[in-house]
Amino acid sequence: MKAYEMTLKQAAQALERKEISSVELTQSLLDRIGGLEPQVRALNAVCETQAMEAARKSDQRRASGEAKSGMDGIPAVVKDNICTEGTKTTCSSKILAHFVPPYNAHVIERFNAQGIITLAKSNLDEFAMGSSTENSAFGASKNPWNLSCVPGGSSGGSAAAVSAQMAPLALGSDTGGSIRQPASYCGVVGLKPTYGAVSRYGLVAFASSFDQIGPFTRTVEDAALALNAICGYDKNDSTSMNAEYPDYAAGIGQDVKGMRIGVPKEYFASEGLSEEVKASGQNAMKTFENLGAIVEETTMPTFEYALTAYYIISSAEATSNLSRYDGVKYGHRAEDFDGIVDLYVKTRNEGFGDEVKRRMMLGNYVLSSGYYDAYYLKALKVRTLIKQDFDKLFDKYDCILSPTAPTPAFAAGAKSDPMHMYLTDIYTVPVNLAGLTAMSLPCGLSSGGLPIGVHLIAKPMNEVTMLRAAYALEQALPPIGDPTFAGGDA
Amino acid sequence: MQVPISEVEKIAVLSRLSLTEEEKKKHQHDLEEVLALAQRLNELDTTDVKPTAHIQGVENVLRADEIRPSMDNEKLTANAPERENGCFIVPKVVE
Repeated sequence: MKAYEMTLKQAAQALERKEISSVELTQSLLDRIGGLEPQVRALNAVCETQAMEAARKSDQRRASGEAKSGMDGIPAVVKDNICTEGTKTTCSSKILAHFVPPYNAHVIERFNAQGIITLAKSNLDEFAMGSSTENSAFGASKNPWNLSCVPGGSSGGSAAAVSAQMAPLALGSDTGGSIRQPASYCGVVGLKPTYGAVSRYGLVAFASSFDQIGPFTRTVEDAALALNAICGYDKNDSTSMNAEYPDYAAGIGQDVKGMRIGVPKEYFASEGLSEEVKASGQNAMKTFENLGAIVEETTMPTFEYALTAYYIISSAEATSNLSRYDGVKYGHRAEDFDGIVDLYVKTRNEGFGDEVKRRMMLGNYVLSSGYYDAYYLKALKVRTLIKQDFDKLFDKYDCILSPTAPTPAFAAGAKSDPMHMYLTDIYTVPVNLAGLTAMSLPCGLSSGGLPIGVHLIAKPMNEVTMLRAAYALEQALPPIGDPTFAGGDA
Repeated sequence: MQVPISEVEKIAVLSRLSLTEEEKKKHQHDLEEVLALAQRLNELDTTDVKPTAHIQGVENVLRADEIRPSMDNEKLTANAPERENGCFIVPKVVE
């Protein structure tokens, strides 16, 4: 087995047993990146020098029996909206193209404390607004399974990097599905933790009441190990949960006999769901039944309203968060301006891309006097109803199952209408509205050779149950194999 | 749901953006499309339903008022487009 092929668990074990050094592992991944990145374009920056230096230090610690953790020496890719001290964090936006954070995000401090190495910063839709990574100011990323298709988004670079074996672990952020949808498109495991389980300190804010950092891995067990590395209370995030955090790998390998899995009928009846994705989801349901779980059809009456409520609320929060980009404290500043307001306007006009402007316009519209009650407040009330629907479901079920996205990855450029793009997140956004945890794992391939994901949802802080179900399903389904890099023009 | 161009212009001012005539039309179309969908939320009866702005329902997370070191000024202002003596430089704001 080549070093870059190792899963997170395999790499950690190999380092532990000194079968491989961190320098060898890191070099293998850098070589892999060197060979594939020109086609895949998953990364905004490769931190080659720092990563190799960190790998050497990790090897020294291991040699003297002073490893910081079981993960010491593991390289990981980090989405480029997570602050890395001394390394550019651009959000794939012109407005932050040269921004070098003066501090590390909490998750990066956690990485450093455990010896996990930041290998590269990954591409995203500008400020995480998008579902295809085509909205990046630095060019679109490609899907390793078919280079003419999108990797999904907004964490498309992280998903593509893990899929292409450029790293065994990548961090993304999920505001409305930005981890789970690209995981589904790229055939990897993507997990959005419970809101508040991972500190948002140093994650560049998009919609603060939804944003959550989470991992991409190639196996379910690796996702559990990654959560152990990043979840926990942080005093620098007032929404961080001061609670007991479990060993996330506790349920791995336990059976699912008697587990109750609910499938809201609205999810499988929705317009736009492809027959192949539907069949794949039904196969997952059948597999769970064969494993002894109790799978039942149920109902989620507010499902069809979630996407609209999500776009209203998240755009309102986004426009508030993005008001900080004014050309004064950091980031891009326009060159010619006449007074302070003109400085703001020209800076923002030049710095922000179309989709970001679209969300700010919507956000300011729904928050403006005269429309606040009709749109923003109404959406917040609908959010309450959605949460109540989920509460009812979790009185009865341990997990909810749905497709992750209505279709497999689509061709680059195919969704130029923003409304069509938004619909790719129809199954993932309700989870963020209710602050739940959810994950996508591969459950098959389409006739066109593209991965299809299945989506599992659990109530807050119940990742262990969800991972137990996901692991059982992963073990029972035939593996989808490795990406083929088809459809390239190179 | 009709959004007059004058409304688009007002929102652009609030957003600190300036739009070309063509961009105004595009934003008008996009806003109208989303707002048409938003009308559908009225199918749900939300009488007596409390709004959820934040899912955890936490309020006023407080910490002890203690003195801690600040972040280094040089480091913090290093990203500023224009700075002098540890301060941000802006155009004259008050005449």
